[in-house]
Amino acid sequence: MSEQNSVAFVATESIPPSPPPANQTGVVKWLRENLFSNWQSSLLTLVSLYLIYVILSTFLPWVLNGVWTTSSLTECREVLEGRFGACFSVLTERWNQLLFGFNYPSDQYWRPTLAFVFMLIAIAPVLFFDLPRKMLAFTVAYPFVAFWLIWGGTIMAPIVAFLGCAAAAFVFGAYGKNNFALGFIGAIVAAFAVWIIGTMLIPDGANEGAWLEHVPSRDLGGFMLNMMLGVTCVSLSIPLGIALALGRQSNMPLIKGMCVIFIEFVRGVPLITLLFVASVMLSYFFPPDANVDLFVRVVIMMTLFSAAYVAEVIRGGLAALPKGQYEAADSLGLDYPQAMRLIILPQALKISIPGIVNVAVGLFKDTTLVSVISLFDLVGMIRGPILGGSAEWNGVYWELWGFAALLFFVVCYGISQYSQWLERRLATDHH
Amino acid sequence: MKKSYILGALTVATLSAGAAAAGTLDDVKARDKLQCGVNTGLVGFASPDANGEWQGFDVAVCRAIAAAVLGDSSKVEFISTTGKTRFTALASGEIDVLARNTTWTFSRDVDLKFEFTGVNYYDGQGFMVPKDLGVSSAKELDGATVCIQTGTTTELNLADFFRANNISYEPVPIETDSEAQQQYLAGACDTYTTDASGLAATRATFDDPGAHVVLPEIVSKEPLGPLVRHGDAEWGDIVRWTLNALIAAEELGVTSANVAELSSGTGNPEINRLLGTEGTLGEMLGLDAEWAKRAIMVSGNYGEIFAKNIGVDTPVGLARGLNAQWTEGGLLYAPPFR
Repeated sequence: MSEQNSVAFVATESIPPSPPPANQTGVVKWLRENLFSNWQSSLLTLVSLYLIYVILSTFLPWVLNGVWTTSSLTECREVLEGRFGACFSVLTERWNQLLFGFNYPSDQYWRPTLAFVFMLIAIAPVLFFDLPRKMLAFTVAYPFVAFWLIWGGTIMAPIVAFLGCAAAAFVFGAYGKNNFALGFIGAIVAAFAVWIIGTMLIPDGANEGAWLEHVPSRDLGGFMLNMMLGVTCVSLSIPLGIALALGRQSNMPLIKGMCVIFIEFVRGVPLITLLFVASVMLSYFFPPDANVDLFVRVVIMMTLFSAAYVAEVIRGGLAALPKGQYEAADSLGLDYPQAMRLIILPQALKISIPGIVNVAVGLFKDTTLVSVISLFDLVGMIRGPILGGSAEWNGVYWELWGFAALLFFVVCYGISQYSQWLERRLATDHH
Repeated sequence: MKKSYILGALTVATLSAGAAAAGTLDDVKARDKLQCGVNTGLVGFASPDANGEWQGFDVAVCRAIAAAVLGDSSKVEFISTTGKTRFTALASGEIDVLARNTTWTFSRDVDLKFEFTGVNYYDGQGFMVPKDLGVSSAKELDGATVCIQTGTTTELNLADFFRANNISYEPVPIETDSEAQQQYLAGACDTYTTDASGLAATRATFDDPGAHVVLPEIVSKEPLGPLVRHGDAEWGDIVRWTLNALIAAEELGVTSANVAELSSGTGNPEINRLLGTEGTLGEMLGLDAEWAKRAIMVSGNYGEIFAKNIGVDTPVGLARGLNAQWTEGGLLYAPPFR
């Protein structure tokens, strides 16, 4: 009886899991689900693959056959012997002109390069607020350091500029708390007083024999000029834009009227018109010897232009805030500057980030418009001296414009990725 | 080469009265630097090389003026101007002299209130076509698409030429010379028209220059020369006679190689007057006696400058043609130095 068990078979261990069917796993599954899920998708996949093949089969030989070491387009053609290939030699021979312009002294390239590295350090605490706040001290000093590095000349000029700003900050700190208007006007007066006295104290010819050789604005160029214009104008236009946006919402008719007229006028005029005014018309209005630097004129015009756009973007942010926020600020007994600083602007600016970034990216690309007023920015360098003016490189289109596009793409994509990170970081709604 | 000057015309017409300040020579001397307006980049005429040094036919004129006035050919600030900004730059006083292959026309001389100080290159508008098109004369271009730089005198000449010959064309408007080349090579137009010198320079850079021909017709007169503001005749004289000195030097056989030797005195009184060993020509201009000698020493006489920048041995490869001395059948004819 015991020899025979009534149960025929009992498994003492579980069956090991078998691998999923081949078409339900790994690459095959992914392909089936994403590329070949039905016949329309399959067709599109095949068409896309063909297009990618066509593009790559042209592009890759062009890049791989590329010539990097010749000294003219004619030599490139000789080296290529009729094969299809790029002539990247123009980049290796003229990279310095594309990046720094053709007039910047070549033994001084370290100066703008250093200024660029410093810019990354200076801008970091502004962009990433988890970084130690002490780094902001460097950010405050940076404009003056960069000015001195790029233009060179006497160190007195940036020091005077810095002292003027410091005096303005001091006056505003002393009086602005109690009386905003007094502090504001006093700060401007103090800054100009320091600047005028300081400029008179700098002896004539102080730029001669200065430790860093003086480089006039006209000698700046290349991508450096785009970066300088972009960074300066964006950083100046955001505070100005906030002020304009608040001014437009003001209850004071004069301020409101001025802001509205300014914004509507500037937005109604093409940037290129403003640049022409900056380059040729302003010299009619200034006295002949008061030669305001062309770079400064362009910065002023571009800043005003983008400030008007930033103002409208921020106005959108302000309008999007529920009225309750303003009322809450009032009911807490906050005065106008406090309410704006503590409650309204932090929320309005957060809403406005995508719009501001949009304006910033647009402005950065618009800096290439200065090429039409004979400033040799990256596009001006390519259009003028390299493509138009040199017998060696006349006709190298794709390589040069591709290089320019690549530089701009890197910067603009970086800005866009930063803004997305910032939006995620500032998100306070809980999912 | 002759971009729109509407902007210039507007501003200049309204404001020229205040801008024409006398005493450019004094300004230049006080500044110790000549501000010379040139092209932003045109092969052979004005362009910065790989080291950032300005080179070219127009640039050489600027350097000669600087040498004559300031004694140093490197004391020039080259201010690049586009076709749109060049006239305002000159009228507003931003530049002292404009040497930017600018065509001498009635309205620019009279209406825009400038003073052309001579001609350093006699040009004319031509047509370039691909050989495959099988066209041998511009008059066969009936119905052709034509690449043309907008707002230039070439655009107006083109319209005149086709109207005069009673044939039709379709313009393809283009902003710059390099874009025009690209469009032409890509087949966007049957023919490209601009100054014949520009066509030669353009064709020289093509992958296969033999596949393109420049048609024999020259449809316009384009005398290119340096210009200054109206109202400062002393300064205009200096620019005019510096250019004449370069031209006369070629006629008289004064070159950069022998100018030092000849300036110690020769048997030819005109050379002596030119180089300042006789007479007081420099003094009359408000300069010193050796002004012309210095101008010639910079890069030689007119012929040497021509050969170095745009002559047959350069990529531009232009023959002297109209720009030969009058003794050799050309139009260059410097008035006597006396």
